[in-house]
Formats: sequence, structure tokens, C-alpha cells
Amino acid sequence: MPNSKTRRDRARDFPMKQVVTKAAAGHATDNVFAAAHGRLPGSGLVAHIRTRAFEAYERAGLPHRRIEAWKYTDLRTLIGAVLPLAPRPDAAALVRAAASVKQAGADRVVKLVLVDGIFAPELSDVDSLEDGVDVRSLREVLEDTTDGAMAGLVLATTTDAVITLNAAMATDGLVIAIAEGEAVKRLIQIVHVATGSLVSNFTRSYLQLGQGAHAAVVESFVSAEGASGYQTNDATIALVGDEACLSYIRLAADAADAVNISSGIIVVGARAKLDLFSMTCSGSVSRYQGFVTLAGEGSKLSANGVNLIRHKQHVDTTMVVDHAVPHCTSREKFRAVIDECGRSVFQGQIVVRPGAQKADATLTTRALLLSDEARADNKPELEILADDVTCGHGSTSGALDGSLVFYLRARGLSEKDAQALLIGAFLGEAIEEIAPENLRDLVTAQAEHWMQARR
Amino acid sequence: MALLEVRDLHVGIEDCEILRGLDLTVNAGEVHAIMGPNGSGKSTLSHVISGKPGYQVSAGQILFKGEDLLAMEANERAANGVFLAFQYPVEISGVTTMNFLRAALNAQRKARAQKEFSTPDFIKRVREVAKSLNIPQGMLKRGLNVGFSGGEKKRNEILQMALLEPSLCILDEIDSGLDIDALRIVAGGINALRSPERAMIVITHYRRLLDYIVPDVVHVMSKGQVRKSGGKELALELEACGYAQFEDAA
Repeated sequence: MPNSKTRRDRARDFPMKQVVTKAAAGHATDNVFAAAHGRLPGSGLVAHIRTRAFEAYERAGLPHRRIEAWKYTDLRTLIGAVLPLAPRPDAAALVRAAASVKQAGADRVVKLVLVDGIFAPELSDVDSLEDGVDVRSLREVLEDTTDGAMAGLVLATTTDAVITLNAAMATDGLVIAIAEGEAVKRLIQIVHVATGSLVSNFTRSYLQLGQGAHAAVVESFVSAEGASGYQTNDATIALVGDEACLSYIRLAADAADAVNISSGIIVVGARAKLDLFSMTCSGSVSRYQGFVTLAGEGSKLSANGVNLIRHKQHVDTTMVVDHAVPHCTSREKFRAVIDECGRSVFQGQIVVRPGAQKADATLTTRALLLSDEARADNKPELEILADDVTCGHGSTSGALDGSLVFYLRARGLSEKDAQALLIGAFLGEAIEEIAPENLRDLVTAQAEHWMQARR
Repeated sequence: MALLEVRDLHVGIEDCEILRGLDLTVNAGEVHAIMGPNGSGKSTLSHVISGKPGYQVSAGQILFKGEDLLAMEANERAANGVFLAFQYPVEISGVTTMNFLRAALNAQRKARAQKEFSTPDFIKRVREVAKSLNIPQGMLKRGLNVGFSGGEKKRNEILQMALLEPSLCILDEIDSGLDIDALRIVAGGINALRSPERAMIVITHYRRLLDYIVPDVVHVMSKGQVRKSGGKELALELEACGYAQFEDAA
């Protein structure tokens, strides 16, 4: 059962303008695809896949509250329509983007930069890639007419409308292959920079780890100064080979009025390990949806996340973890801090397929509400079709404990400082498990920055 | 000028009046013991002095170093030198004792426009005090009070008191939950902090604590007022006769 805490009524879920926006949405996206058609890389088979994908999207339209997976994040109400595709970045846009890349970059990483949905090699560290790491742009792959199978793989769709729309519209992205047995020393950071306003960016990346390979990949979403009201739709597809180990981290720090919908589709092989972390600390509407399939026996998933929400932000994390075979383990730990009129959504589905015995899955989600207007919806969901499994979930929503705040204040901390210390401790449980130290520091710094802004 | 002067204090919580015209004067250098039966308002007094929210002061005033204490936020009172050793210290997982101590000390120093402690100086200082209170280094790296025994929690309160160097220490049933050895260590830590500039208010049910921390003045509280004040011999009298005589007087 979902649990909600709010003092506000549900009126915003039933706006009168629904019918109007629905019609407008369909019309606008139609123009978006038609207008973008000549700019989307790939012809022949690729163009065919895109057209089919767009037709499938058109039949569904933007997800709305009557679609169970989008019940709490009704895009028709929240964003209304898909904005026109961002123009190709010009020299001035690249200069503006460079400043943001510098800020967003973690220490000691190999940066790969996408500006307004287009790979920018001049801002990327392509020369410092290690042996055994092969990087191509999605554009390059889709325009390579000799490899239709690869194009089909990269543009895979699901029943989810935003992923399908992404397949139709993706302008670029990164296709990264890590060779068997390769332990990549330096972290790979994909930086998405938006420089435009009232435009949309569609990116899609594909990540493949060969058997026994080890790598850490972080995807950061930032904006250049002056960018506002843009929409980002990203999809990342990853295949983690047998015995391989992937740390994947998503950090969304978009412009305050931007929309970011990111999807991850990750398949984990036998005895392989995936450590996933997602953090959103700005943007007006944001959703991370992760679909993880534990496809090989003995695979392990650790998925953690932190959302920091204020103003009227709407931030959604939706996880679907599929135990497809026996002897897999999943651990999920998500935290949200909601201030002012912010709204948090967490949905966590765990599926254990028939025959996937000895599945060991736990999920905890906790929401910390800092104001009377803050709202959190948590919906953990177990779908267990095997009979010898250990699965559990826990969900809490609540305010800061007043007795803890008073204890700290009686020792000299101001109210905001006391709250910051307690919020830091609350988030720490999810953050401390991030293995690459430079990334843990980056995430901690972002959280502190968020709390500084409250003081 | 008295360090602390409580005048005709009336305090309630929701619709229930707990303190009913309490007067108390504490001078620097003195140790005052407040004794009294359950529900007499001892803990309420300590909470109101330290600024815990939820109490309504309907009349009276509290002057601390001549200033209106009730007009200050809890953290301002702390920075001005008020310290409450909690009867039930809270547990905060995810905040190590060391980080908490640093945050508290530096917040107070900042409020007093003093320079913040450097990390090496701070660590040295904490280690010295911890050693004197038999607090192992490992405890400082754990979450604040998480998994600490009753005795360890109380020792941790005294550690904070020693580091923060307040001018008024309020010890709310510091002896509760302590065995005799822990009581001796805690009392030793408190006695070490006695000084002509510092006053202490020791709240307790039991005379035993006062064998270790010898008070200058003993007050008996009942039904929200100080009923009787005297020297340390008053504690002995109470042990012989109980609190009933003061309840009747109300």
C-alpha cells in the first residue's frame, strides 16, 4: 500500500485543464518529431525504428495518472507538452557549456560531454581514455549502415512511453564498451549540459561491460548559465557481463525550472555486481526510473538514492528490480528530504520470477518532511512468484525529531544548523555506500550545498 | 549580581501549570542541589532555563548574568554559558560524537565572536578530557550515544560540559541509571569543574549523589515551588523524614 503524508488536498491531481493540455500535447509532439526528422542521425533501418517508435509513442501520448507506473507523476499535468528539439549548439553555446562542465566535473575523471544532446569532443577527455575502453558517439553508431544489429540494440524500446519517445528522438549519446577483464582505473563521467531555453534534449547512451570488467560511470545533468525551462529525456542502457562490476551514479542538478526524465535499463549477468546511486537536487520536475534485471545467477544489486526537494519541485524515483533467475541479491535504500511545497515520489517494485528461488531482496525508503506543505508518496511493491525467497520492504515518512533538534540547540547549534546535521545523518546512510571516494565527496558536497541554501 | 535569578516563575504545559511562582537565586561559585518528589517541577525548571520549546511562561522572569534569559533562543543561551546535562541524552546515529562536539564547540565560539578551534587543537583537547573521564577513544568515533550504556551516556554529558566550559551547569538526575563506580567517575568529573566563576544546579531524588558532590545550598521543591532552602544538612533531614511534610505545606 502506498503511504502518503500531506496536509494538502489532492486537488492538483484533478485539474480542469487536463482535456485542453492533452489535445495540445499530442499536437505539439507531432510537430516536434516532424520538425526534428531531418536532424536525427541514421537512415534506412534506423529511421524505420525511429518512425515505429514514434508511432508507438503517439498512440500512448505523455504518461498520465491513469497509467499505474506514472500514477503520482502525471506528465500531462506537470509538463503539458514536449518542447521542440534544441538546436545544435553553436560556438557560443559550447563556451557557456565549458564553464558548467568545469564546475560539475569530479576530480580525477575522464569527462565525456554532451551539450544540448550532442556529443562535444572538444570539451571531452577523449585522449585520456584507457586501453580496453572503446567510446563512440551514438550518432557515429547510428550512421554506420554496416551495423544494423547494434543500432537495433541501442534503440531498444519498452512499453514505457518516455523511453519509446527517447528512441524516436535521441540526437546523440555515448556508446561505451569495456573489454573483458578490463579494470578501468579512472572514473568515466558523462556530463549533460543544457544551454538552451524552452527546448528539449534527447540523449541515449549504451554501456557494455565485458566479462569480469570493472568500471565506474557517473552521469551528471547540469545547465549553463541562463538556460531555463528546458526538458531532458535521457536513457541509459547497460549490460553488465558475467562477473563484471559496475558502479553507476546519476546526479541531476538541472536548472530550477527544468524537467529531467531519465531512464536506466540495466541487465546484470551471472555473479556480476551493480552498485547504483541516484541523486536529484534541483529541477522543477524530475524522474529517475531504473529497470534492473538480475539475469544471471548469483548477481548482486545495491541501489541507493537521495533526493533533495524544495520550492514546488516534484521529484520521482521509480525502481523496478527483476529477480529473473535464482540466487540473486538486491539491496535498495532511498532517502528523500522535502522542504517547502516540494513533493517526493518513490516507487519501488521488486519482482521475483517463477523459479527464481533463494532471491534475497530488501528495500527501504524514508522521507523526511521539513514543512507542513511537503508531501511524500512512497509505494513499495513486491511481486513474488517463487516460494523460497527472502524479501522485505520498509517505508517511513516523518518530520525531524524535535527532541534531537533541541538537544543540538542546547549545545549551541542554531535551528538550521541542527537540522542540517540531522539531515546529513539521515542522508549519510544512503551516501556512505558510494564506493569511489571522489564521488562520495561530490555527492556530500552537493548535499551540503543544498543545506547551505536553507540557512 | 547573582549569576541566575529566577523570580516568581509560572510555567505551564498545555493547560497544566507546573511551576507556580518559583524563586531561586544562584551565585557564581555555588553548587545548589534541588530535591523533590516526582512531578514537583524539577525537570521543567531545567527545561525552561535551557530553552526547550513547548512550555508557556505565564508570569515571572529569569535573569542570567543580568540579562533576560527567556528572550533568548536555546542556542543563544548555550553560547552565553547555560548547559543542561540531560536526564535522557538522545542518540543520533550518523553523527559521530567527535563531529558533534566540534560542531557544538565551534557554533558557540562563533556566536561569541571567538576564533574556531583548529582540528589538531580540538582533537588534543577532546582526548585529554575524555581520558580524565575514562571515555575510550573508540567511543568518540561512534554515532552520538548510539549503543552507549547508561553510564557512558552520562559520562558523555560531562565530557561535553568540560569542553564547552559553561558558567551555569544544570545536571538533571545525572545519577539516574548509574552504578556506584560510574557515579564516582561522573561526580569526579563534575567536581573537577567546580570553580569560583561557575555555578551548578544539581537535580536529584537521592542524597547519595550529594555525598560525592557536596552542595552549598539544598532546595526542596514541591508542587512547582521551592518550599525550603538550607545547607547540606537539609538533605539528611529529607532522607530521614521524606518529602511528605512539604507536600502538606502546599
